[in-house]
Amino acid sequence: MIELAADYLWLIIVLPLAGSITLHFFGRRLGEPWAGYLAVAASLGALAVAALAAVPFFNGSGGPRDLALYEWMPAIGANFELRWDPLAALMSLVVTGVGSLIHIYSIGYMHGDPRFSRFFTYLNLFAASMLTLVLAGNYGVLFMGWELVGLCSYLLISFWFTKPSAAAAGKKAFVVNRIGDFGFMIGLMLIFTTFGTLSYAGIFDRAGEQLTSGVATAIGLLLLVGAAGKSAQLPLYVWLPDAMEGPTPVSALIHAATMVTAGVYVVARSAPIYALTPFASGVVATVGALTALWAATIAIAQRDIKRVLAYSTISQLGYMFLGVGVGAYVAGVFHLMTHAFFKALLFLGAGSVIHALHEEQDMMRMGGLRKYLPVTSVTMGIATLAIAGVPPLAGFWSKDEILASTFGRGGFFVVLWVMGLVTALLTAFYMTRQFILVFLGESRFDADHHPHESPRSMTGPLAILAVLSVVGGFLNTPLRAALEHFLEPSFEGVAQAHPPEGLLSFLLLAGLSVAAGLAGIAMAWLTYGGAPAVRERFEAGLRPLWRMWEQGYRVDDLYGATLVKPGRRVSETAAFSVDLPIIDGLVNGLAKLTRLVGTRLRPLQSGLVRSYGLVFAGGAVGLIVFLLARGA
Amino acid sequence: MTVTPGWYMTLAAVLFLAGLVGILIRRNALVMFMCIELMLNAVNLTFVAAGRAYGDLNGQVAVFFVLVVAAAEVVVGLAIIVAIFRRRATASVDEISELAG
Repeated sequence: MIELAADYLWLIIVLPLAGSITLHFFGRRLGEPWAGYLAVAASLGALAVAALAAVPFFNGSGGPRDLALYEWMPAIGANFELRWDPLAALMSLVVTGVGSLIHIYSIGYMHGDPRFSRFFTYLNLFAASMLTLVLAGNYGVLFMGWELVGLCSYLLISFWFTKPSAAAAGKKAFVVNRIGDFGFMIGLMLIFTTFGTLSYAGIFDRAGEQLTSGVATAIGLLLLVGAAGKSAQLPLYVWLPDAMEGPTPVSALIHAATMVTAGVYVVARSAPIYALTPFASGVVATVGALTALWAATIAIAQRDIKRVLAYSTISQLGYMFLGVGVGAYVAGVFHLMTHAFFKALLFLGAGSVIHALHEEQDMMRMGGLRKYLPVTSVTMGIATLAIAGVPPLAGFWSKDEILASTFGRGGFFVVLWVMGLVTALLTAFYMTRQFILVFLGESRFDADHHPHESPRSMTGPLAILAVLSVVGGFLNTPLRAALEHFLEPSFEGVAQAHPPEGLLSFLLLAGLSVAAGLAGIAMAWLTYGGAPAVRERFEAGLRPLWRMWEQGYRVDDLYGATLVKPGRRVSETAAFSVDLPIIDGLVNGLAKLTRLVGTRLRPLQSGLVRSYGLVFAGGAVGLIVFLLARGA
Repeated sequence: MTVTPGWYMTLAAVLFLAGLVGILIRRNALVMFMCIELMLNAVNLTFVAAGRAYGDLNGQVAVFFVLVVAAAEVVVGLAIIVAIFRRRATASVDEISELAG
């Protein structure tokens, strides 16, 4: 059974894909809730296959393997092949595991939506695409999955497309991602021209001898452009906050737990290339640290419950980039996993709150929900502590490993470490602020709202994710680095960064990050836990800064003025000054000429047969005269 | 007085011109058709006469081809004329000018 599972790996992709196709054609007929059950079954089936196929990695009875399914583009080494190694296995388990929980949750959340079955069509399609991305055995298939998840993201952000803001948000996500994909594609071309293939096996085995550091740096930076687009890093993060227009389960699945981590995955997967280029790796780490700090400050001042989480996601993705950038690939992937647990939990919890208050998202109109939503408040509390880095919850272990590894590199990286530490403080601050504003204090919502706890299908996934958020961190502790050992085959022969050795340094570094987290919690408690007057005084004291944070440093306006507006002007010039008069003019002019010639020649066709006859006879005579004159 | 090929040629030329003039001045489709036949047969006459004068059978073979084609043409042409006549009760070609520019 277990040996078989690895041979049937393709089922991991095909099951959700089949579910999606079935739902596309028969979803409406299945209706609610059966369409949801089918989608959940497809997702759980993929989870089961992935879990069975991963067993050899757990008990050490088998190594990584490449599975060739069929020839797609053999000339560029992009056949349809899968690579099944611990990294792919871990990613598949996260995608299908968290994905299944969110599928289940969606049955409750999307209850009553007129396009219920269509939602699950997209959700299953996304699962299939994301699994294609992580299981790919070469950059060609990876890119296919990469584009497909972008498509699903677009479809799901603008799922409620009758809302203009949702349609615009979907478009924005698509366009910004295209910018990143452009760099990514050039990177792939550079890989192909260097190695003559896109296959992992052909690239990574020869990277050491065939790659000069200049080319490695170029490839690393180009892949980073794509990764920054998909994973919402500076300066391409602007689409993610707007993506919150989508249904909340989508935010949890795509824009927190899975798709946005694709960039981190690509960097980790390309570790053999990044290991050769300290410069590109340093840029990855710097972008990550800057993004983490940047987004964390914006998250502080947000009022929309989902936007706080969106900026928080950007910030946490920054941590992951910092991790893989400094060479701590395991730590980056570890944080990817724990973040998937607690951030999915936070989003699903937020969805539960929004659900209870009938689509209210402004945290200033919440408060005191603890007694109405017991399960939601407890699970979200756990997630808040986990992301704040309180030991021994999941977030502490992974975040601390990244920070310690960064510190361990020394030199310039100490600056990044300080930024990470400040971010940890801010993270704890804004998450505690959110928890207090939503669940504690007095109620600020309309009296005619009667909040009620969500149905079982929603609270069940919350509970499971809460458990994972608590215990997930024990997979990889300094005492027992199980995950590191598990992932070893995936990063074989790659130089990795580690936290400084020794218990004392661990305690010192961990103590510092825990202190930062606790300080953030305490600050939030002091400002938001008390009377509203304290809070108002605090925000007023920071007025100019607070305004900037509230508006996200007005980056959208900046991009609008510097990129969108000039772009629009260029397009308008091209359309109205070039295309219309010149291109269209040429085509229309040709048509006009034809018509003119026709009009002029038309009288020749008089319709009088005898005049035709005369012309005919005249012609014949003329011909004869001509022939005679030539003396034939 | 012997009848030389020149006589035949002259007769053929006269017949041909008669047919040509007929086509140019008459407007009844049926008559124009007869004129065409006249011209065809004028040409046939030159073929036969020349064939005989040079002792070459090809002249007579060409005539057979012309006859066959002319027969086919008559069938189609008459059918068209009859069809038009049924619809419009006229055989004047000047009236039939739908395709005039």
